[in-house]
Amino acid sequence: MWLFDKDLWSEVFHTLGKNLFRTFLTMLGVIFAMIILILLLGSANGMSNGFDKVFAGTASNSLFVWGQSTSEPYKGFERGRRIRYKIEDADILKRQIPEIEILAPRIELGSHRETVSVYREGRTSGSSVYGDYPEIDNITKKKLVEGRFLNKTDIDESKKICVIGEETYKLLFDKGENAIGQDIRINGVFFTVVGIYKPNNNINIDGENAVFIPFTTFQKSFNTGDRMGWMAIAVEPNTKVPVVEKQIKEILKTKYDIHPDDKRAIGSFDMSEIFNNISSFTNVLKGFSFFVGIFTLLAGVIAISNILLITVKERTKEIGVRRALGATPKVVRRQIIVEAIVLTAFAGLIGFAISVGILAMLNAQWGSGEDFPFVNPMISIPQFGISFLLMVSLSVLIGLIPANKAVKVRPIEALREE
Amino acid sequence: MIEIKDLHKSYRMGSNSLHVLKGINFSAKAGELVAIMGSSGSGKSTLLNILGMLDGADSGEYVLDGVPIKDLTETKAAQYRNKFLGFIFQSFNLINYKSALENVALPLYYQKVGRKERQEKALNYLERVGLKEWATHLPSELSGGQKQRVAIARAMAAEPKVLLADEPTGALDSKTSYEVMDLIQKINDEGNTILVVTHEEDIAHMCKRIVHLKDGVIVEDKKVNQVRAEQYV
Repeated sequence: MWLFDKDLWSEVFHTLGKNLFRTFLTMLGVIFAMIILILLLGSANGMSNGFDKVFAGTASNSLFVWGQSTSEPYKGFERGRRIRYKIEDADILKRQIPEIEILAPRIELGSHRETVSVYREGRTSGSSVYGDYPEIDNITKKKLVEGRFLNKTDIDESKKICVIGEETYKLLFDKGENAIGQDIRINGVFFTVVGIYKPNNNINIDGENAVFIPFTTFQKSFNTGDRMGWMAIAVEPNTKVPVVEKQIKEILKTKYDIHPDDKRAIGSFDMSEIFNNISSFTNVLKGFSFFVGIFTLLAGVIAISNILLITVKERTKEIGVRRALGATPKVVRRQIIVEAIVLTAFAGLIGFAISVGILAMLNAQWGSGEDFPFVNPMISIPQFGISFLLMVSLSVLIGLIPANKAVKVRPIEALREE
Repeated sequence: MIEIKDLHKSYRMGSNSLHVLKGINFSAKAGELVAIMGSSGSGKSTLLNILGMLDGADSGEYVLDGVPIKDLTETKAAQYRNKFLGFIFQSFNLINYKSALENVALPLYYQKVGRKERQEKALNYLERVGLKEWATHLPSELSGGQKQRVAIARAMAAEPKVLLADEPTGALDSKTSYEVMDLIQKINDEGNTILVVTHEEDIAHMCKRIVHLKDGVIVEDKKVNQVRAEQYV
């Protein structure tokens, strides 16, 4: 097998090594191409990771459903009727749609986005107040700094406890003051703080100035009966969110006598859509990087081919001598192609090392993803493998041009005395 | 050893063709030392190219050591050249980035001789041309005469049937020329067949036989009393 022919390799390295400067110049194009390719790919990966981090803790396969006002008159009801869900809807939906994995009902004090005064020892914060089930934590994860989140016992026993956001904590407590076990007052009812959560750079649907109370406690304290404000729903991994969304709306429309074509009565928000948009954005970015990188690489490899072509011209005499001494066309061609491969592979590795270094520097500088979505910019091993393989196969193809040129050198012409 | 019958060769130069070899009949036995003489344009280089399988004849026969040389592919020609022929050129044609030893070992590399054996053989031949101590030197560090001796060692390394020397002394002063001829005579003494193309009378007379070419035909083919080059060295 020629691949393991030590003489061939020493012959190739000899030739390249004797012309180090030219060899280096030849490789420059591929070195830069590889740097560009890896940097582009790595940055695209970094952005992709960055977005992943932003969305970490939010179930991608989820949607939110709330009630709005009808826009069509139906079954004797006038338009503009406010749709208010009942807590029983949660069970109905869960029963009828098996694709629903988690359904967390929620109720909010006041209307949506309206704040409520929360008091503690003469201080006030205008916060959102939610009645929630612990399941909500599986859809929008809360990062707790202290204490715990709501649990099942809280619901079962309607405990008068709450989890507050860091922002709320700052408004109601002194800096460094221990809040766990302290009471806060909402609409005249006292709740004991059991946990504090902090913003985590992620999408935060609820905001940081919010108070979470067990759903059952909320019902009793604020006398909301069987009302339910909205639902956070996670669907099973292999189910499409819009499909479930449609089913939910149909069931609710029937139940609340809403016109089938009424688009405004039920409000909903599909999280998966955003995820899909972003992941297709990063995928396009990755594809584009690859595309640009590969063509730059092609240009680099062509540069190698070009220089080898010049080299072949320069070495006409040498090749002629080799032919006269018994080098068969196959041997000559193989040597030039192996030279092309060695040059490309070597240059590729150098470029790879440099670009990985640059990526590591970028990572150290901005890789935390605090300011913008850019986390751990690095290329994956398959990406590297594919690029490298592509590069080497390109070099073989492109190396054929100078190789065939070398084979066409007729010894008689090469040896003709000037 | 060499058998040539009615060899013709012409080159196309645009619309008209140039008839260079017009029926050459020539034979050389093993162990001969033949000088091929002629002015430029006489066809001696063309003849040497055909003998060296660097070029093909239009018609005629060429048999080398019992093997008919005809319609060779590039690959076959390369293999035959490697096996049958050793070339010595006017301008030495050493590969300038390879040491003397590596240059001598090159034909053996193409014969797929193992690395170690190659080195040993090459060193042996360098010793025979008196350049053993120069083995690691590059051609640029050698004098003209030394370069030609390396080239001779290289031509002999593959143990060819015939050595073809194209103006081997053309680029050398007379003293070094005689040294090189002395070496060629000694190699011939050992029984090697050598063809020398030259236009220098004194060099031709150091061979055993002189063939004169003129306008593509052999006009004279005579045996001569060999002048030993040794006496001038």
